[in-house]
Amino acid sequence: MSDKVLISVSALEKVFSGKTTVRALDGVSAEIHQGEVVVVIGPSGSGKSTFLRCLNLLEMPTGGSVIFDGTDITDPKVDINLHRQKMGMVFQHFNLFPHMTILENMTLAPMKLLHKSKQEAEAQAMTLLERVGLADRANAYPSQLSGGQKQRVAIVRSLCMEPEVMLFDEPTSALDPEMVGEVLDVMKGLARDGMTMVVVTHEMGFAREVGDRVLFMADGRLLEEGTPEEIFSRPRHPRLQDFLAKVL
Amino acid sequence: MSQWFASLQADFEQTFIAAERWKALLKGLGVTLEVTLLSLLIGVMLGVLVAVVRASHDQMEAQKKKNAVMSALNSVCKLYLTVIRGTPVMVQLLIMYFVILADSTNTVMTAVLTFGINSGAYVAEIVRSGIMSIDGGQMEAGRSLGLNYVQTMWHIIIPQAVKNILPALGNEFIALLKETSIVNVIGMKDITKWAINVQGRTYQAFMPFIGIALVYLVMVIILSKLVNLLERRLRNSER
Repeated sequence: MSDKVLISVSALEKVFSGKTTVRALDGVSAEIHQGEVVVVIGPSGSGKSTFLRCLNLLEMPTGGSVIFDGTDITDPKVDINLHRQKMGMVFQHFNLFPHMTILENMTLAPMKLLHKSKQEAEAQAMTLLERVGLADRANAYPSQLSGGQKQRVAIVRSLCMEPEVMLFDEPTSALDPEMVGEVLDVMKGLARDGMTMVVVTHEMGFAREVGDRVLFMADGRLLEEGTPEEIFSRPRHPRLQDFLAKVL
Repeated sequence: MSQWFASLQADFEQTFIAAERWKALLKGLGVTLEVTLLSLLIGVMLGVLVAVVRASHDQMEAQKKKNAVMSALNSVCKLYLTVIRGTPVMVQLLIMYFVILADSTNTVMTAVLTFGINSGAYVAEIVRSGIMSIDGGQMEAGRSLGLNYVQTMWHIIIPQAVKNILPALGNEFIALLKETSIVNVIGMKDITKWAINVQGRTYQAFMPFIGIALVYLVMVIILSKLVNLLERRLRNSER
């Protein structure tokens, strides 16, 4: 981990206005350093997914700023597509493209955006697939894979763009219990290789073991942050103590 | 019975063989196919364009993003759908021929524009329903990789949407093929016009009209088989 701040979030606010107004994010400020694994925990509806989705503007914040690599990406003049290339994202429901093979899923963006040749993109994809043990499924379609395999493919699909940070939005929540391990193993490998990661998860074991820092959110606010040791062994905020009592 | 059969054979010869009328029928078939295929092309392009404008406008509205250009485009598209779907294609053809393109002698262009613009309105709503049937996570996944809106639409959403709407699109193509039978009102010699002409010459109605009915039927059967084939090939790509 270096001291370089990769993402700096300040006073982030997201208000969903409809029939009822929901303050999903209410002034969240946080910093993510290069090479750091930040795990975001909190009860459901606490705004942790919204926080993550605001980092690459899948959700447009209604207030505050997100500074990525020195650029305020909430500025409408910024080309967000260029910045998203450097921010990989993994979703709860995988979101693989069902009409493409695994290989095509992985090579589409590098070929269109990084202008790699087909051979180049496929070679890179195969190397990554080998790393997650799925090289033999390269020409299969997503519907032919298990949930755990799909999520591993989704992770390496993002890696094909050689991102500077990976965002994980509850990557194991939609998986059968016996498949959670294989996905977490891939994520641990990534962390070991020094990838900057922001992970929203309910896997407290992962947070404790792999996280460099843990953020606890509730009601759209960042209530406590610290090392896993501090968060899990010496929680201070009553909401966090209450939350840990329920999930541990 | 044999007498009836003999007269049928005489009718057949008079309708198709005499004066080499089958040659005119083939020419008419060419006209029907030319108008249908070119209209199809225009209809699909126009339909996809309108559908994408309408779908993205609805998406932006859901996200509370206001954009004057998109709103204006969306209004134009809605007006187009209302007018085209609210008037008979026969009337549209007459207006195109006698009013809008009154100076043009190119009837093929007139017919193709009319049917293309007409079909586009129906294709647009079919394609829009297809786009809306795709899970929102697909757009998010595409955008999170850095693809822009149009790239994600083109490479990820539309291919999946087309698969879902193929039966409905097939229906629209069949309707279009049959609708072209009215082009004789602007003086085009398609197969329907051929039958009318033959009836005028031979005073036989049964053979020419049943004949072209069969020709239309065969064309529609071939078209639906092609759509079925395409459907199965696309399905195969998912197990």
